[in-house]
Amino acid sequence: MSAAPRQSATAEPFVSDRVEITGAGEVRIAVGKVELGQGILTALAQIAAEELDVSFERVRMVSATTAHSPNEGFTSGSMSVMAAGTALRTACAHARAWLVEAAAHHAGVSPETLSVRDGTILDARGNQLSSYWEFANQGVLERVAGGDVTPKKPDEYSIVGHNAARLDLEDKFLGRPRFIHDLSLPGQLFGRVVRPPAPGAQLLSADADAARSIDTVVSVVQKGSFLGVIAEREDDAVRAAELLRESARWSDPTPLPNQHAIGDYLRSQPAEVTPVAHLVDEAARGEVVNTIQRRYSRPYLAHASIAPGCGVACWHTNAELSVWTHSQGIFPLRGAIAKSFGLEVSQVVVQHVEGAGCYGHNSADDVAFDAVLLARETLGRPVQVVWSRDDEFAWEPYGPAMAVEIAAGVDTSGDIVQWRQDVWGNGHVTRPGYDGNIGLLGASEAAMQTVLPAAVDPASYGGGNSRNAVPAYRVRDLDATVHRLLAMPIRTSSLRSLGAMMNVFAIESMIDELAELAKVDPVEYRLRQLPDERARAVVAAAAELAGWKDRKSSDGWGWGIAYARYKNTHAHCAAVARVEAVSSVAVRNIYVAVDAGQIVNPDGLANQVEGGAVQAASWAVREAIRFDDHQITSRDWESYPILRFSEAPTVSVTLLPRPDEPSLGVGECAAGPVAGAIANALYDAIGVRVRDLPLTPERIEAAILQD
Amino acid sequence: MIASNSPAWVGRPTTDAESFTLEVNGSKRDVVCRRDTPLLYVLRNDLDLKGTRFGCGLGQCGACFVLLDGHPTPSCDLPVWASVDHSIVTVEGLSDDGEPSHLQQCFIEEQAAQCGYCMSGIMVSAAALLESNPAPDEAAVRGALDRNLCRCGSHNRVIRAVLKAAATTDATDTPDVAKAAKL
Repeated sequence: MSAAPRQSATAEPFVSDRVEITGAGEVRIAVGKVELGQGILTALAQIAAEELDVSFERVRMVSATTAHSPNEGFTSGSMSVMAAGTALRTACAHARAWLVEAAAHHAGVSPETLSVRDGTILDARGNQLSSYWEFANQGVLERVAGGDVTPKKPDEYSIVGHNAARLDLEDKFLGRPRFIHDLSLPGQLFGRVVRPPAPGAQLLSADADAARSIDTVVSVVQKGSFLGVIAEREDDAVRAAELLRESARWSDPTPLPNQHAIGDYLRSQPAEVTPVAHLVDEAARGEVVNTIQRRYSRPYLAHASIAPGCGVACWHTNAELSVWTHSQGIFPLRGAIAKSFGLEVSQVVVQHVEGAGCYGHNSADDVAFDAVLLARETLGRPVQVVWSRDDEFAWEPYGPAMAVEIAAGVDTSGDIVQWRQDVWGNGHVTRPGYDGNIGLLGASEAAMQTVLPAAVDPASYGGGNSRNAVPAYRVRDLDATVHRLLAMPIRTSSLRSLGAMMNVFAIESMIDELAELAKVDPVEYRLRQLPDERARAVVAAAAELAGWKDRKSSDGWGWGIAYARYKNTHAHCAAVARVEAVSSVAVRNIYVAVDAGQIVNPDGLANQVEGGAVQAASWAVREAIRFDDHQITSRDWESYPILRFSEAPTVSVTLLPRPDEPSLGVGECAAGPVAGAIANALYDAIGVRVRDLPLTPERIEAAILQD
Repeated sequence: MIASNSPAWVGRPTTDAESFTLEVNGSKRDVVCRRDTPLLYVLRNDLDLKGTRFGCGLGQCGACFVLLDGHPTPSCDLPVWASVDHSIVTVEGLSDDGEPSHLQQCFIEEQAAQCGYCMSGIMVSAAALLESNPAPDEAAVRGALDRNLCRCGSHNRVIRAVLKAAATTDATDTPDVAKAAKL
């Protein structure tokens, strides 16, 4: 909040930590969740306005800072509406009740007789008695929510469940400064870093004098293998970094796996083996008359945000530090920075500023730490660091390559009775602080910790490789196992949906094969095998939206469907894809049905699902981080192409209304179903299954030859 | 070893700073910088026009597009000397004195973005399209925006917004581009 508020003495925050009534007729709302381009602050503002009975326009969302925002961990895993939304709803319901109580007490009437309209408190006759604004800064909200106030029932809602325009978009359409890249702090300097040419290469030498020959260069920083430069002008920082790069000598890098046989590589490595699910049914085993076994793989995938990462840091003293970042987790980042420099977390303030689209653990934390390392040299002056496009592609932590093997057994009627699923890959988490490690690229280069240890898959994060490794279909005899690699030649971490995209792609490819084996339409087969009524409803809705029953088969065109419930506990999502394919595949239309329980902002949710569908289509048919024996070779938009305007499929979305059900995380739900639907549509078009992503012309050709 | 993929201008010898007069959004603006400094940095840092975004520095993504004599042009690898004597229009110049233009209003109505980082460049391309083709069909919109990358997947909303702007523009309206360049 603006002025430092009184903090709750207990672990439980005061309602005033989240809700501030200002004298200016505004409500300021502080949350620990951050805007990543997903529209979360708009949805949370709707929740606050709804419970407080104020108009949406009165709500001001305060950017998250470790100085005084509630610590709500990472903004990740499609959890924000479910977790932070619930906490905010409770806080605002209490705030409303306490403000009404205060007004009632003041007027000597019973609070039950009062009502609220847009912050104005009305008496039993509907006349104005008081208002929230009269109780601004009077300490009314400096209490812990006791849980004795019940939030509104969904049928009382007038703001939640209705479309709200995003709070941030007008600025972005008009090009107003809003991104962290646009920060221009007094005395701000510009930093650039020079990364090694390849993973594992150590800095042997660099010629700092060459960089210093540029007159606006302030400092050249070398600490272990960390190399960077600071200049008064941004263009000169770029020039000086290039001079440093040209002069730098590095040791040999570590070898990388064979990218053309990534599935074989993943299956052959030392791994930690973890059972995910285990159901034994001897009778079911006896009913199996046919077993199909298949292998699937996906490559490493880049977040590939349109903006390279940016961070700003200023050391006020040797033990006092401010950091501006577009990180998903300002509190964990603060902890990792403090640990790196031997500081208390109270000596570090980390403030969130919006960046470009964030689809998981990208370069945001690393570039913030680069700024911290560089700004150490310029006490009192902030340093802004922006990564180059080249560094962004070569050094962001990728979504891990994965391999999946499924053996499915069916009975005489073609129904699934047995399922074995094995998943191989590096872990999906190297976020700052993971597994007790600092987890920041610059810290490992500057020898503030050892090399970054292998990624993990903490259960507390909703799993990584295990995410959606268990099918939602009726299965009586089940075994699902994750093999997490113990070495990490290529750095990996969380990319939107983590392991779910690959697991669902594999499961849904297999389900299509089983449907064909049973000689049943893919939609009908899914409806028959899915035990959950809400699952069947989205499958039927997607088919209906796409006109599945009336679809016309023609040469070179194919239709496919896929379904998953994200994390098996979040939103239900079914997708139908229509593709045009001969030797390559063009995704023309995607139809998506989603059941996300109670919806806060329907248009915002649709926007997320539409975008997720296009992104997943791009992953499925186009994307792979490419590398040779030692180096990443995907280093710009030509070597890592994504779908363009001329190639993006149309996306139609239908949302199943469930206003009385809890909200379910939705931001990542489309990834797996869309990838699966496209693969199934490709098969429908050409009669060949491609089980290794991406579905490029080379892969299609290889599959045809193998067929 | 593969060479790092650095922009071409950074490898050249550094020259001394010089004075340049640019015509930006219809006004003459004086700047002092090295002659090969990309226009992008001059706009953002010397002229404080932060709307033009850095995306790749390689002319591949469209985030840094400005209108150079009416044509969408990457400013990240355009040396400042080459932009002298040309009309430069940035996204700031496309608004209606800081308020949404008709085109921008259509983007707001369609909620045609997620993170919005690519939007300045897209707005520039869309404005240029509507200037040259006031009634484009969907294929023309897709074609005109094909040099602009969007990673959030807002393509369909963007296309709808541009088509809506075209369908609802009064033929007597001064196009955004001409207005911005004070033609």
